[in-house]
Amino acid sequence: MKPPVFEYASPSTIAEAVSLLASGNGNAKVISGGQSLMPMLAFRLASPELLVDLKHLKNLNAISVGDDGVRLGAKVRWCDIEADQRLARNHPLLAEAIKHVAHYQIRNRGTIGGSLAHADPSAEMPGVALTCDAQITIVGSRGTRIEKAADFFTGPLQTSLEPDEILTEVHLPVWPVARRWAFREFARRKGDFAMAGVALFYDLDEKDRVVDAHIGAIGVSDCPIRLTAAEAALNGNAITEEAIAVAVRAAKSSIDPPSDIHAPGAYRRSLVGTLLARSLQQSAS
Amino acid sequence: MQVEFELNGKSVSAEVEARTTLADCIRDDLRQTGTHLGCEHGVCGACTVLVNGDAVRSCLMLAVQVCGEKVVTVEGLSGDELSPLQASFRKHHALQCGFCTPGFITTAHALLTNEPDADEDRVRDVLSGNLCRCTGYVPIVEAVLDARSHYARRGGK
Repeated sequence: MKPPVFEYASPSTIAEAVSLLASGNGNAKVISGGQSLMPMLAFRLASPELLVDLKHLKNLNAISVGDDGVRLGAKVRWCDIEADQRLARNHPLLAEAIKHVAHYQIRNRGTIGGSLAHADPSAEMPGVALTCDAQITIVGSRGTRIEKAADFFTGPLQTSLEPDEILTEVHLPVWPVARRWAFREFARRKGDFAMAGVALFYDLDEKDRVVDAHIGAIGVSDCPIRLTAAEAALNGNAITEEAIAVAVRAAKSSIDPPSDIHAPGAYRRSLVGTLLARSLQQSAS
Repeated sequence: MQVEFELNGKSVSAEVEARTTLADCIRDDLRQTGTHLGCEHGVCGACTVLVNGDAVRSCLMLAVQVCGEKVVTVEGLSGDELSPLQASFRKHHALQCGFCTPGFITTAHALLTNEPDADEDRVRDVLSGNLCRCTGYVPIVEAVLDARSHYARRGGK
């Protein structure tokens, strides 16, 4: 359970960090909080030749709330989100989802950038980013690019990040005050990885019909997914017991969750249905 | 690599490999063996220490990451006498084999320092990141709740 041998650097500018990553020829990795990478190193599931620590980089710790939404620097920790009173009002889905991330000690170190870049299929932050059409800012040797969350997650623990790129910020679009939302997940113990989870939001028109439903699920595929069949089933309809039942059927038939030691696929599918029904009921009440 | 940081109020330095975890540096290089290592991958909480006041898992940090920082282990929480929190653990029989205890003490100390009015739900939530195979947790939660008054008054001294 000891990490493999690697070199370590803690550059003071992002340009220097990118250049170090580029020099690693694909064998360098970024570390910050390390709460996902350190276990990977301990199990030797990752064996980089160089770790580039972001600890001295400034300007990656900010949480900003403005007219265009919420911006989170890559080094924002779970405990920073928890402590920021503005987010409960300006992005309640984020604030609620983040309550489920890991345990106390890990929340003091773990960062949103690390969670997004690690891309665990069961993790909350990638699910929130996908559900909310987040935009992810990435800096690399070829400059800065902005990637939609939908294009960022490409597989289990896989993203579109190139070896010489650093995720610097995630932007969640503005959240209307009247928006309806819910986040629910199920894990055997609070703080553990979820067997499945559902994040959703929608707005209501003047006749209380759903407009532009966004429903995401975690823990049921290679990466976070949108339950587009359920979204389509809800759009244009009022949230009634019947509409919920239709959406749940659509969601369950559209997914094919994997089986692992934590839960069989059929159980996860059933769980998504239950979590979606309860989330919709909660959002409508 | 040379690392220098503050450990329990004293400046320390050690020559470590980049891959050396903070836990191994504290135990093997600096010979402070109060910090226990259980799972070594961030699940059991036994290795919890305070870095700049925050409870963190020392198996999930590299020693080189704490250069210039303030680290406190269970040894740093009391002198010759038990701290009120430690005394409360003894009073409530909150340990049996004691392996997990340093992690529980450091975690609960951080919690009560920041939130001396934490209720039982909050204490249980925070301690859920620490595993104990002896006590069944009930006496640990009682011990932490009972120690709160010391933190409200004098920061647990």
